[in-house]
Amino acid sequence: MIDGILIGLSTALSLQNLLFVMMGCLVGTFIGMLPGLGPMSAIALMIPIAATLDPAAGIILMAAVYYGAIFGGSTSSILINAPGVASTVATSFDGYPMARSGQAGKALAIAAYSSFSGGVIAAIFLLVAAPSLASVSLAFQSTDYFALMVLGLVAVAAFAGKGSMVKALLMTVVGLMLSTVGTDQTQGVARFTLGMIDLVDGISFLLLVMATFALSEALMAILRPKDDSARLEEKEASQKLGSMKVSREEVKEMVPVISRSSVLGFIVGVLPGAGATIASFLAYGTEQRIAGPKKGAEFGKGSVRGLSAPETANNAAATGSFVPLLTLGIPGSGTTAIMLGALIGYGIQPGPRLYLDQPDVFWSVIVSMWIGNIILLILNLPLIPYIARVLAIPSRFLLPLILFFSLIGVYFVSFNTFDIQLMVLFAIAAVGLRLLDFPMAPMILGFILGGMMEENLRRALLINDGSWSFLWERGLTLSILVIAALCLLAPPLVGWITKYRNRNTTDATPD
Amino acid sequence: MKTILTGAAVALIALAGTAHADGHQKVADIHFLIPGGAGGGWDGTARGTGEALTEAGLVGSATYENMSGGGGGKAIAHLIETDDGGTMMVNSTPIVIRSLQGVFPQSFRDLTPVAGTIGDYATLVVNTDSDVQSLSDLVAIYQDDPTALAIGGGSVQGGMDHLVAALVMKNAGTDPAQIKYIPYDTGGPAMAALLSGEIQALSTGLGEAIELARQGEVRILCLTSPERVDAVADVPTCAEAGSEGTEFVNWRGFFAAPGIDADTLASYQAALEAMYDTDAWAEVRDRNGWVEIFNSGEDFTTFLEGQEEQISTLMRELGFL
Repeated sequence: MIDGILIGLSTALSLQNLLFVMMGCLVGTFIGMLPGLGPMSAIALMIPIAATLDPAAGIILMAAVYYGAIFGGSTSSILINAPGVASTVATSFDGYPMARSGQAGKALAIAAYSSFSGGVIAAIFLLVAAPSLASVSLAFQSTDYFALMVLGLVAVAAFAGKGSMVKALLMTVVGLMLSTVGTDQTQGVARFTLGMIDLVDGISFLLLVMATFALSEALMAILRPKDDSARLEEKEASQKLGSMKVSREEVKEMVPVISRSSVLGFIVGVLPGAGATIASFLAYGTEQRIAGPKKGAEFGKGSVRGLSAPETANNAAATGSFVPLLTLGIPGSGTTAIMLGALIGYGIQPGPRLYLDQPDVFWSVIVSMWIGNIILLILNLPLIPYIARVLAIPSRFLLPLILFFSLIGVYFVSFNTFDIQLMVLFAIAAVGLRLLDFPMAPMILGFILGGMMEENLRRALLINDGSWSFLWERGLTLSILVIAALCLLAPPLVGWITKYRNRNTTDATPD
Repeated sequence: MKTILTGAAVALIALAGTAHADGHQKVADIHFLIPGGAGGGWDGTARGTGEALTEAGLVGSATYENMSGGGGGKAIAHLIETDDGGTMMVNSTPIVIRSLQGVFPQSFRDLTPVAGTIGDYATLVVNTDSDVQSLSDLVAIYQDDPTALAIGGGSVQGGMDHLVAALVMKNAGTDPAQIKYIPYDTGGPAMAALLSGEIQALSTGLGEAIELARQGEVRILCLTSPERVDAVADVPTCAEAGSEGTEFVNWRGFFAAPGIDADTLASYQAALEAMYDTDAWAEVRDRNGWVEIFNSGEDFTTFLEGQEEQISTLMRELGFL
């Protein structure tokens, strides 16, 4: 293994390759910041360039672009509440409130540290255990994925906030309903399309999230006119905007969160049917529960833990998704599918024999992940104060810009004007719902998980000839479902028990 | 499917072809209409072909337009409506299947078929650990108890992978309507399901199975080609393996507007035909792992009619029509 690392290092550390890493990180960060363009598009754009390079340099360039784009995506989630890809939705839950309270620089710095740690720790796991983890990738079947999606949905409780559990659940159902629009993935039947050809392919995630997060946020800001004192405060706040200072207590809070989330993220990433989005939601939900009632209540309002957990997990999962790619030759996500195409272009076929036949490729991929993460941190930390100052732009300029980029971002993917109309409709509906205190996050969660949940459930039913017995007969499925049930029932139960006890003790004191 | 949507949106700008106007230029400019979003299979085919054509100087310049919606129906309607002779639309086997399913009211008959350019044969594969050594073993299990054999694929029920599995089973003398077909959203997760033992067999393209077969992870039972393919010379054709007359190719190709004039059509076909001998094409082809099939003009139309006949018969037998 040491030999392998040395081979990888000597390839990756040449001057030319270091230049490619730097260029890739910068280009990736920039592309990732644009709404609608995520890591997948960034890599797809790099393929023609990478094809002209030798394999090691090409892979290093793509890895750098990949990590750059992931970081860039978090930036737009944090600064303007516009998560361009599903895996950064959870980042916006706490990153955006933190940025709005004038701590944009800090939020970006926490995101950078967390994704760096997540990526580096996961790359260590990959290095040590990749060949033996191939079996883990294959351990999950449709029934288990269904259970995993249920567990992800249970995380909805984490977004409920104070007393609005019913509203959160209602919005989850709205999300689930929206996910059923379009051609169903089992039988190919068009559902709820109202006879409109534009709805046959369903509602795109990007459209929904841009409409309900970025657009509605910008519209809400217009509806919320500020008085002069607020404006003065804002001016003061903008002075501190770029500050990246993270206090010692906050670092202490982050360390355990990062260690847990990177393990969780990596394991979820290894499963070809799950990926970075599920990982980020699970990490967010888990940390909210672990944080306890006091710290947990800060989630959704700019909690350090709530920002750190999904950022760590999505990067760890992105690294984990290389396990099925490199050891089985199976792409688990869109991004790794593009990577697979690029590798095949070099005449490298990932699979169980790659590790033995072409160790130099295997190791340089892993080493390039470290290098990519390190360079990204070095390059981006000095840039953060400048990026954060985007928020110092007066809102009369910033808000139209956000509206413009959100709409254009969606249009550039589908090139369909119907999508713009649908977006405006969703944005207006979202503003109405938000004025009535309905949260948007559970809806997005329901929408993202709904499609996958239905697909896996129907597949499980087909395989088991319509019998539901797999829910309790398959150990792994049952265990995940039990965890989900505990997550949902434990907080009210614990609350009830403590109340009961307290009453008992108060009853007892008069004696 | 939804996940592969984003892709290369900026490639629209990046790939705007730079023209070398050589003496052998066949067409001044072509506008490619892509019925799906950026980054999908259609998108890659159109942009890759356009890149090769312009790089080789066969076409002066190429422009691209993505028009997703209606499973490809929106772009078909657009091409018929504008009747613009300067446009070529990329499409593939699903134009036949979806038209039969009634996803959109038009069919390839409402357009002018230009040529089929690339293709892939279909295969049935099993895990190497499986007891199934040959197609006849698989058929025996199926005949014994159809519910004991879950066959997966990367398309919906009634979609291409399902139809191929049904075709092989039908020609092997069994009732294809009993197939327990398990749909996955793409080939990757379907392959993972085969390796994990969730399904017993997988219907997929040769391109997706060939490397894993070389590495000893899966066994290819048969190939839907008319004769054996050099790359996997020891794999029998399905006909050899006992599925009489089974032939199927998943093609990708191009269509023009219904009212295109004969000269323009001929120049498109000449440009595509000449493309195969260029280095620019060889690079694009190898980068994407495409298999060449050239099927132009009348031959292409006859082929499409044959495929439509084959698929509609199958769909009727499976109860999808």
